[in-house]
Amino acid sequence: MASLDDLKKRISSVKSTQKITKAMKMVAAAKLRRAQESAERGRPYSEKMNNIILNLSSGVSDKENAPKLLSGTGDDKVHLCVVLTADRGLCGGFNSNIIKKAKSYFQKISDTGKKLKIITVGSKGYDQLKRLYQDKIIENISFKESKNANYFDADKVGKIIIEKFENNEFDVCTIFYNQFKNVITQIPQEQQIIPLKTEEKDNKSSEENYEFEPDEDEILGNLLPKNISTQIFKAMLENSASEQGSRMSAMDNATRNAGEMVDKLTIEYNRSRQAAITKELIEIISGAESL
Amino acid sequence: MSEGFNIDIVNPEKSFLSKENVSEVVVPAYEGEMGILKDHIPIISFLKPGIIKVLSGSEEHNFYVEDGIVEFKDNTLSILTSSIFDIKNVNKKHVSDEIQEAENELNKDDLNDQKRFLLNHKVEILKSISIN
Repeated sequence: MASLDDLKKRISSVKSTQKITKAMKMVAAAKLRRAQESAERGRPYSEKMNNIILNLSSGVSDKENAPKLLSGTGDDKVHLCVVLTADRGLCGGFNSNIIKKAKSYFQKISDTGKKLKIITVGSKGYDQLKRLYQDKIIENISFKESKNANYFDADKVGKIIIEKFENNEFDVCTIFYNQFKNVITQIPQEQQIIPLKTEEKDNKSSEENYEFEPDEDEILGNLLPKNISTQIFKAMLENSASEQGSRMSAMDNATRNAGEMVDKLTIEYNRSRQAAITKELIEIISGAESL
Repeated sequence: MSEGFNIDIVNPEKSFLSKENVSEVVVPAYEGEMGILKDHIPIISFLKPGIIKVLSGSEEHNFYVEDGIVEFKDNTLSILTSSIFDIKNVNKKHVSDEIQEAENELNKDDLNDQKRFLLNHKVEILKSISIN
Protein backbone atom coordinates (compact mmCIF):
# COMPACT_ATOMS: atom_id res chain seq x y z
CA MET A 1 0.00 0.00 0.00
CA ALA A 2 1.20 3.49 -0.79
CA SER A 3 2.48 5.47 2.12
CA LEU A 4 0.40 8.23 3.65
CA ASP A 5 2.68 10.88 2.26
CA ASP A 6 2.36 9.54 -1.28
CA LEU A 7 -1.40 9.48 -1.02
CA LYS A 8 -1.44 13.02 0.22
CA LYS A 9 0.65 14.13 -2.73
CA ARG A 10 -1.56 12.33 -5.20
CA ILE A 11 -4.69 13.87 -3.76
CA SER A 12 -3.31 17.35 -4.06
CA SER A 13 -2.08 16.73 -7.58
CA VAL A 14 -5.46 15.43 -8.73
CA LYS A 15 -7.08 18.39 -7.05
CA SER A 16 -4.96 20.85 -8.95
CA THR A 17 -5.65 19.02 -12.20
CA GLN A 18 -9.31 19.35 -11.43
CA LYS A 19 -8.88 23.07 -10.92
CA ILE A 20 -7.33 23.38 -14.36
CA THR A 21 -9.97 21.34 -16.13
CA LYS A 22 -12.67 23.30 -14.38
CA ALA A 23 -11.15 26.57 -15.52
CA MET A 24 -10.78 25.27 -19.06
CA LYS A 25 -14.39 24.26 -19.07
CA MET A 26 -15.49 27.72 -18.04
CA VAL A 27 -13.30 29.35 -20.66
CA ALA A 28 -14.60 26.97 -23.32
CA ALA A 29 -18.17 27.72 -22.31
CA ALA A 30 -17.61 31.44 -22.71
CA LYS A 31 -15.85 30.98 -26.01
CA LEU A 32 -18.50 28.58 -27.20
CA ARG A 33 -21.17 31.18 -26.76
CA ARG A 34 -19.22 33.62 -28.85
CA ALA A 35 -18.36 31.05 -31.52
CA GLN A 36 -21.96 29.98 -31.73
CA GLU A 37 -23.10 33.54 -32.14
CA SER A 38 -20.68 34.21 -34.93
CA ALA A 39 -21.62 30.95 -36.61
CA GLU A 40 -25.23 32.07 -36.55
CA ARG A 41 -24.38 35.53 -37.77
CA GLY A 42 -22.39 34.07 -40.64
CA ARG A 43 -25.23 31.90 -41.81
CA PRO A 44 -27.25 34.45 -43.84
CA TYR A 45 -24.28 35.21 -46.03
CA SER A 46 -23.55 31.65 -47.01
CA GLU A 47 -27.23 30.88 -47.43
CA LYS A 48 -27.77 33.82 -49.74
CA MET A 49 -24.64 32.98 -51.65
CA ASN A 50 -25.88 29.44 -52.07
CA ASN A 51 -29.26 30.59 -53.28
CA ILE A 52 -27.82 32.90 -55.86
CA ILE A 53 -25.53 30.21 -57.16
CA LEU A 54 -28.37 27.73 -57.33
CA ASN A 55 -30.43 30.20 -59.29
CA LEU A 56 -27.55 30.95 -61.56
CA SER A 57 -26.44 27.42 -62.22
CA SER A 58 -29.92 26.24 -63.00
CA GLY A 59 -30.01 29.00 -65.59
CA VAL A 60 -26.80 27.98 -67.26
CA SER A 61 -27.90 26.74 -70.62
CA ASP A 62 -24.60 25.72 -72.08
CA LYS A 63 -23.22 23.06 -69.78
CA GLU A 64 -20.12 22.52 -71.86
CA ASN A 65 -18.86 26.03 -71.49
CA ALA A 66 -19.83 26.45 -67.89
CA PRO A 67 -17.01 27.56 -65.60
CA LYS A 68 -14.83 24.67 -64.53
CA LEU A 69 -15.34 25.40 -60.87
CA LEU A 70 -18.96 24.46 -61.40
CA SER A 71 -18.78 21.62 -63.86
CA GLY A 72 -15.41 20.16 -62.98
CA THR A 73 -12.49 19.37 -65.21
CA GLY A 74 -14.24 16.35 -66.62
CA ASP A 75 -11.68 14.16 -64.91
CA ASP A 76 -11.73 12.37 -61.62
CA LYS A 77 -8.11 11.44 -61.13
CA VAL A 78 -6.62 13.72 -58.54
CA HIS A 79 -8.46 14.41 -55.32
CA LEU A 80 -7.59 17.29 -53.08
CA CYS A 81 -8.70 16.98 -49.48
CA VAL A 82 -8.74 19.96 -47.18
CA VAL A 83 -8.81 18.81 -43.58
CA LEU A 84 -9.85 21.52 -41.16
CA THR A 85 -8.91 20.88 -37.56
CA ALA A 86 -8.13 22.86 -34.44
CA ASP A 87 -4.79 24.27 -33.40
CA ARG A 88 -5.16 23.06 -29.85
CA GLY A 89 -5.75 19.74 -28.27
CA LEU A 90 -7.60 18.78 -25.10
CA CYS A 91 -10.93 18.87 -26.79
CA GLY A 92 -12.12 15.30 -26.62
CA GLY A 93 -12.68 13.51 -29.86
CA PHE A 94 -12.95 16.67 -31.90
CA ASN A 95 -9.77 16.38 -33.93
CA SER A 96 -9.65 12.62 -34.15
CA ASN A 97 -13.22 12.44 -35.39
CA ILE A 98 -12.37 14.62 -38.36
CA ILE A 99 -9.20 12.66 -38.98
CA LYS A 100 -11.05 9.36 -38.80
CA LYS A 101 -13.57 10.56 -41.35
CA ALA A 102 -10.84 11.90 -43.59
CA LYS A 103 -8.79 8.73 -43.33
CA SER A 104 -11.63 6.51 -44.43
CA TYR A 105 -12.11 8.81 -47.40
CA PHE A 106 -8.39 8.66 -48.19
CA GLN A 107 -8.60 4.89 -48.09
CA LYS A 108 -11.44 4.94 -50.56
CA ILE A 109 -9.49 7.19 -52.89
CA SER A 110 -6.34 5.13 -52.86
CA ASP A 111 -8.32 1.89 -53.21
CA THR A 112 -9.76 3.11 -56.46
CA GLY A 113 -6.31 4.03 -57.72
CA LYS A 114 -6.80 7.76 -57.72
CA LYS A 115 -4.22 10.26 -56.68
CA LEU A 116 -4.51 12.01 -53.36
CA LYS A 117 -3.35 15.43 -52.22
CA ILE A 118 -3.93 16.84 -48.79
CA ILE A 119 -4.02 20.32 -47.36
CA THR A 120 -4.27 20.53 -43.60
CA VAL A 121 -5.61 23.59 -41.88
CA GLY A 122 -4.80 23.64 -38.20
CA SER A 123 -1.75 22.10 -36.62
CA LYS A 124 -3.47 19.20 -34.86
CA GLY A 125 -4.63 17.69 -38.10
CA TYR A 126 -1.15 17.96 -39.52
CA ASP A 127 0.33 16.27 -36.46
CA GLN A 128 -2.01 13.34 -36.78
CA LEU A 129 -1.73 12.89 -40.51
CA LYS A 130 1.94 13.48 -41.12
CA ARG A 131 3.01 10.06 -39.98
CA LEU A 132 0.91 8.16 -42.50
CA TYR A 133 0.49 10.66 -45.29
CA GLN A 134 3.61 12.80 -45.14
CA ASP A 135 4.25 12.56 -48.88
CA LYS A 136 0.64 13.44 -49.71
CA ILE A 137 0.44 16.63 -47.69
CA ILE A 138 1.17 19.50 -50.00
CA GLU A 139 0.37 22.36 -47.70
CA ASN A 140 -0.06 22.93 -44.01
CA ILE A 141 -1.81 26.09 -42.99
CA SER A 142 -2.22 27.21 -39.44
CA PHE A 143 -3.92 30.26 -38.03
CA LYS A 144 -2.58 30.08 -34.51
CA GLU A 145 -2.29 33.84 -34.31
CA SER A 146 -5.90 34.58 -35.17
CA LYS A 147 -8.10 34.48 -32.14
CA ASN A 148 -11.38 33.86 -33.90
CA ALA A 149 -12.24 32.41 -37.23
CA ASN A 150 -12.31 35.33 -39.61
CA TYR A 151 -13.13 35.71 -43.25
CA PHE A 152 -9.70 36.98 -44.11
CA ASP A 153 -8.12 33.65 -43.16
CA ALA A 154 -10.78 31.68 -45.00
CA ASP A 155 -10.18 33.78 -48.06
CA LYS A 156 -6.48 32.92 -47.91
CA VAL A 157 -7.24 29.21 -47.92
CA GLY A 158 -9.77 29.72 -50.70
CA LYS A 159 -7.24 31.54 -52.84
CA ILE A 160 -4.69 28.78 -52.41
CA ILE A 161 -7.24 26.18 -53.48
CA ILE A 162 -8.31 28.16 -56.52
CA GLU A 163 -4.76 28.80 -57.56
CA LYS A 164 -4.04 25.10 -57.43
CA PHE A 165 -7.19 24.37 -59.34
CA GLU A 166 -6.26 26.78 -62.08
CA ASN A 167 -2.86 25.14 -62.35
CA ASN A 168 -4.71 21.85 -62.92
CA GLU A 169 -3.25 20.30 -59.81
CA PHE A 170 -6.43 18.48 -58.92
CA ASP A 171 -9.89 17.60 -60.23
CA VAL A 172 -12.04 17.20 -57.16
CA CYS A 173 -11.82 19.07 -53.90
CA THR A 174 -13.41 17.93 -50.65
CA ILE A 175 -13.31 19.64 -47.28
CA PHE A 176 -13.55 17.93 -43.91
CA TYR A 177 -14.82 19.65 -40.80
CA ASN A 178 -17.07 19.15 -37.83
CA GLN A 179 -20.57 20.43 -37.97
CA PHE A 180 -21.86 21.83 -34.74
CA LYS A 181 -25.12 20.25 -33.71
CA ASN A 182 -25.07 20.87 -30.01
CA VAL A 183 -22.59 20.88 -27.17
CA ILE A 184 -22.44 17.10 -26.95
CA THR A 185 -22.81 16.23 -30.59
CA GLN A 186 -20.58 17.34 -33.42
CA ILE A 187 -20.90 15.60 -36.72
CA PRO A 188 -17.83 15.18 -38.89
CA GLN A 189 -18.65 16.24 -42.42
CA GLU A 190 -17.21 15.76 -45.83
CA GLN A 191 -18.30 18.28 -48.38
CA GLN A 192 -17.32 18.46 -51.98
CA ILE A 193 -16.70 22.03 -53.09
CA ILE A 194 -15.09 21.56 -56.52
CA PRO A 195 -16.91 20.78 -58.74
CA LEU A 196 -19.78 22.31 -56.90
CA LYS A 197 -22.50 19.88 -56.01
CA THR A 198 -25.78 21.58 -56.60
CA GLU A 199 -28.56 19.76 -54.97
CA GLU A 200 -31.40 19.12 -57.30
CA LYS A 201 -34.06 21.42 -56.10
CA ASP A 202 -37.69 21.69 -56.88
CA ASN A 203 -38.40 23.73 -59.92
CA LYS A 204 -40.19 26.45 -58.06
CA SER A 205 -37.53 29.09 -58.13
CA SER A 206 -36.17 28.38 -61.56
CA GLU A 207 -39.27 30.06 -62.88
CA GLU A 208 -37.74 33.29 -61.73
CA ASN A 209 -36.26 35.02 -64.68
CA TYR A 210 -33.36 37.06 -63.61
CA GLU A 211 -31.80 39.84 -65.48
CA PHE A 212 -28.06 39.52 -65.45
CA GLU A 213 -25.57 42.28 -65.68
CA PRO A 214 -23.04 41.42 -67.10
CA ASP A 215 -23.96 37.97 -68.46
CA GLU A 216 -24.39 34.78 -66.47
CA ASP A 217 -21.01 33.32 -67.24
CA GLU A 218 -19.14 36.33 -66.06
CA ILE A 219 -21.14 36.53 -62.86
CA LEU A 220 -20.61 32.85 -62.21
CA GLY A 221 -16.93 33.22 -62.90
CA ASN A 222 -16.76 35.96 -60.33
CA LEU A 223 -19.02 34.30 -57.84
CA LEU A 224 -17.69 30.77 -57.70
CA PRO A 225 -14.26 31.63 -56.29
CA LYS A 226 -16.00 33.69 -53.64
CA ASN A 227 -18.22 30.77 -52.88
CA ILE A 228 -15.19 28.58 -52.16
CA SER A 229 -13.98 31.05 -49.57
CA THR A 230 -17.45 31.32 -48.15
CA GLN A 231 -17.79 27.56 -47.80
CA ILE A 232 -14.45 27.37 -46.09
CA PHE A 233 -15.37 30.21 -43.81
CA LYS A 234 -18.58 28.43 -42.93
CA ALA A 235 -16.63 25.29 -42.18
CA MET A 236 -14.24 27.27 -40.02
CA LEU A 237 -17.07 28.81 -38.05
CA GLU A 238 -18.75 25.46 -37.52
CA ASN A 239 -15.40 24.04 -36.55
CA SER A 240 -14.64 26.66 -33.97
CA ALA A 241 -18.05 26.26 -32.37
CA SER A 242 -17.60 22.48 -32.39
CA GLU A 243 -14.14 22.74 -30.94
CA GLN A 244 -15.31 24.76 -27.98
CA GLY A 245 -18.35 22.58 -27.47
CA SER A 246 -16.27 19.46 -27.60
CA ARG A 247 -13.71 20.91 -25.24
CA MET A 248 -16.39 21.97 -22.85
CA SER A 249 -17.92 18.53 -22.55
CA ALA A 250 -14.49 16.87 -22.42
CA MET A 251 -13.39 19.15 -19.62
CA ASP A 252 -16.65 18.67 -17.82
CA ASN A 253 -16.05 14.94 -17.88
CA ALA A 254 -12.49 15.38 -16.75
CA THR A 255 -13.57 17.53 -13.84
CA ARG A 256 -16.10 14.95 -12.78
CA ASN A 257 -13.62 12.10 -13.06
CA ALA A 258 -11.09 14.04 -11.05
CA GLY A 259 -13.71 14.57 -8.37
CA GLU A 260 -14.41 10.86 -8.20
CA MET A 261 -10.74 10.13 -8.00
CA VAL A 262 -10.23 12.59 -5.16
CA ASP A 263 -13.06 10.93 -3.25
CA LYS A 264 -11.57 7.49 -3.71
CA LEU A 265 -8.12 8.60 -2.77
CA THR A 266 -9.39 10.40 0.30
CA ILE A 267 -11.12 7.25 1.52
CA GLU A 268 -7.97 5.28 0.95
CA TYR A 269 -5.95 7.92 2.76
CA ASN A 270 -8.27 7.89 5.75
CA ARG A 271 -8.33 4.10 5.87
CA SER A 272 -4.60 3.78 5.87
CA ARG A 273 -4.24 6.52 8.46
CA GLN A 274 -6.74 4.70 10.66
CA ALA A 275 -4.90 1.44 10.07
CA ALA A 276 -1.65 3.02 11.18
CA ILE A 277 -3.26 4.37 14.36
CA THR A 278 -4.80 1.00 15.15
CA LYS A 279 -1.51 -0.70 14.59
CA GLU A 280 0.24 1.65 16.95
CA LEU A 281 -2.45 1.17 19.59
CA ILE A 282 -2.13 -2.60 19.38
CA GLU A 283 1.58 -2.31 19.77
CA ILE A 284 1.27 -0.11 22.85
CA ILE A 285 -1.37 -2.30 24.45
CA SER A 286 0.45 -5.55 23.83
CA GLY A 287 3.63 -3.92 25.09
CA ALA A 288 1.89 -2.85 28.28
CA GLU A 289 0.40 -6.32 28.79
CA SER A 290 3.72 -8.06 28.59
CA LEU A 291 5.10 -5.99 31.47
CA MET B 1 -48.68 47.70 -49.08
CA SER B 2 -45.87 49.97 -48.18
CA GLU B 3 -44.29 51.90 -50.96
CA GLY B 4 -40.80 50.74 -50.15
CA PHE B 5 -38.85 47.50 -50.30
CA ASN B 6 -36.46 45.67 -48.00
CA ILE B 7 -32.73 45.76 -48.06
CA ASP B 8 -30.33 43.27 -46.49
CA ILE B 9 -26.64 43.87 -46.50
CA VAL B 10 -24.66 40.92 -45.19
CA ASN B 11 -20.97 40.33 -44.88
CA PRO B 12 -19.47 36.96 -44.05
CA GLU B 13 -19.21 37.69 -40.36
CA LYS B 14 -22.60 39.16 -39.69
CA SER B 15 -25.66 40.84 -41.06
CA PHE B 16 -24.48 44.36 -41.65
CA LEU B 17 -27.72 46.17 -42.27
CA SER B 18 -31.30 45.13 -42.54
CA LYS B 19 -33.86 47.72 -43.29
CA GLU B 20 -37.46 47.83 -44.33
CA ASN B 21 -39.36 50.34 -46.33
CA VAL B 22 -36.50 51.74 -48.34
CA SER B 23 -37.54 53.94 -51.22
CA GLU B 24 -34.46 53.82 -53.40
CA VAL B 25 -31.01 52.27 -53.44
CA VAL B 26 -28.19 53.24 -55.75
CA VAL B 27 -25.50 50.60 -56.12
CA PRO B 28 -22.22 50.80 -58.02
CA ALA B 29 -22.90 47.85 -60.30
CA TYR B 30 -20.23 46.46 -62.51
CA GLU B 31 -21.39 48.23 -65.61
CA GLY B 32 -22.30 51.52 -64.05
CA GLU B 33 -24.37 52.93 -61.25
CA MET B 34 -27.74 51.35 -60.91
CA GLY B 35 -30.71 52.81 -59.14
CA ILE B 36 -33.20 50.33 -57.79
CA LEU B 37 -36.76 51.18 -56.98
CA LYS B 38 -39.65 49.08 -55.81
CA ASP B 39 -40.88 46.33 -58.16
CA HIS B 40 -37.67 46.20 -60.08
CA ILE B 41 -37.44 42.99 -62.09
CA PRO B 42 -35.26 40.25 -60.55
CA ILE B 43 -31.66 41.01 -61.21
CA ILE B 44 -28.25 39.70 -60.25
CA SER B 45 -25.15 41.74 -60.71
CA PHE B 46 -21.87 42.33 -59.02
CA LEU B 47 -20.30 45.43 -57.64
CA LYS B 48 -17.21 47.43 -58.25
CA PRO B 49 -15.68 49.76 -55.67
CA GLY B 50 -18.07 52.56 -54.99
CA ILE B 51 -20.76 53.96 -52.79
CA ILE B 52 -24.08 52.41 -51.97
CA LYS B 53 -26.70 55.00 -51.34
CA VAL B 54 -29.75 53.96 -49.37
CA LEU B 55 -32.67 56.35 -49.38
CA SER B 56 -35.63 55.90 -47.11
CA GLY B 57 -37.96 58.80 -46.70
CA SER B 58 -35.80 61.81 -46.04
CA GLU B 59 -32.95 59.73 -44.64
CA GLU B 60 -29.90 58.93 -46.64
CA HIS B 61 -27.18 56.45 -45.78
CA ASN B 62 -23.96 56.00 -47.64
CA PHE B 63 -21.72 52.96 -47.51
CA TYR B 64 -18.48 52.25 -49.20
CA VAL B 65 -18.08 48.78 -50.74
CA GLU B 66 -15.21 47.21 -52.53
CA ASP B 67 -16.83 44.27 -54.18
CA GLY B 68 -19.87 42.12 -53.76
CA ILE B 69 -22.93 40.66 -55.31
CA VAL B 70 -26.33 42.22 -55.44
CA GLU B 71 -29.55 40.37 -55.96
CA PHE B 72 -33.00 41.80 -56.22
CA LYS B 73 -35.99 39.53 -55.94
CA ASP B 74 -39.51 39.80 -54.58
CA ASN B 75 -38.89 43.34 -53.47
CA THR B 76 -35.92 42.34 -51.38
CA LEU B 77 -32.50 43.61 -52.22
CA SER B 78 -29.67 41.45 -50.91
CA ILE B 79 -26.14 42.69 -51.05
CA LEU B 80 -23.35 40.27 -50.23
CA THR B 81 -20.03 41.88 -49.65
CA SER B 82 -16.85 41.15 -47.78
CA SER B 83 -15.75 44.75 -47.45
CA ILE B 84 -18.14 47.45 -46.43
CA PHE B 85 -18.10 50.42 -44.10
CA ASP B 86 -20.36 53.28 -43.21
CA ILE B 87 -19.03 56.54 -44.56
CA LYS B 88 -20.39 58.51 -41.64
CA ASN B 89 -18.24 56.93 -38.99
CA VAL B 90 -15.25 56.07 -41.06
CA ASN B 91 -11.77 55.87 -39.74
CA LYS B 92 -9.62 58.30 -41.74
CA LYS B 93 -6.52 56.29 -41.08
CA HIS B 94 -8.15 53.17 -42.45
CA VAL B 95 -9.08 54.95 -45.66
CA SER B 96 -5.63 56.35 -46.22
CA ASP B 97 -4.16 52.90 -45.58
CA GLU B 98 -6.45 51.46 -48.21
CA ILE B 99 -5.46 54.16 -50.68
CA GLN B 100 -1.82 53.48 -50.01
CA GLU B 101 -2.32 49.77 -50.54
CA ALA B 102 -4.21 50.26 -53.78
CA GLU B 103 -1.56 52.62 -55.07
CA ASN B 104 1.17 50.16 -54.26
CA GLU B 105 -0.78 47.57 -56.17
CA LEU B 106 -1.06 49.93 -59.09
CA ASN B 107 2.69 50.26 -59.32
CA LYS B 108 3.10 46.60 -60.09
CA ASP B 109 3.70 45.74 -63.68
CA ASP B 110 1.74 42.57 -64.11
CA LEU B 111 -1.70 44.14 -64.03
CA ASN B 112 -4.21 43.65 -66.76
CA ASP B 113 -6.31 46.53 -67.93
CA GLN B 114 -9.39 45.47 -66.11
CA LYS B 115 -7.63 45.27 -62.80
CA ARG B 116 -5.87 48.55 -63.34
CA PHE B 117 -9.15 50.21 -64.11
CA LEU B 118 -10.75 48.84 -60.95
CA LEU B 119 -7.85 49.94 -58.79
CA ASN B 120 -7.80 53.42 -60.27
CA HIS B 121 -11.48 53.63 -59.64
CA LYS B 122 -11.05 52.47 -56.08
CA VAL B 123 -8.40 55.08 -55.35
CA GLU B 124 -10.63 57.77 -56.79
CA ILE B 125 -13.59 56.82 -54.66
CA LEU B 126 -11.54 56.46 -51.50
CA LYS B 127 -9.94 59.85 -52.06
CA SER B 128 -13.29 61.47 -52.44
CA ILE B 129 -14.32 59.90 -49.14
CA SER B 130 -11.27 61.08 -47.29
CA ILE B 131 -11.76 64.65 -48.43
CA ASN B 132 -15.27 64.87 -47.05
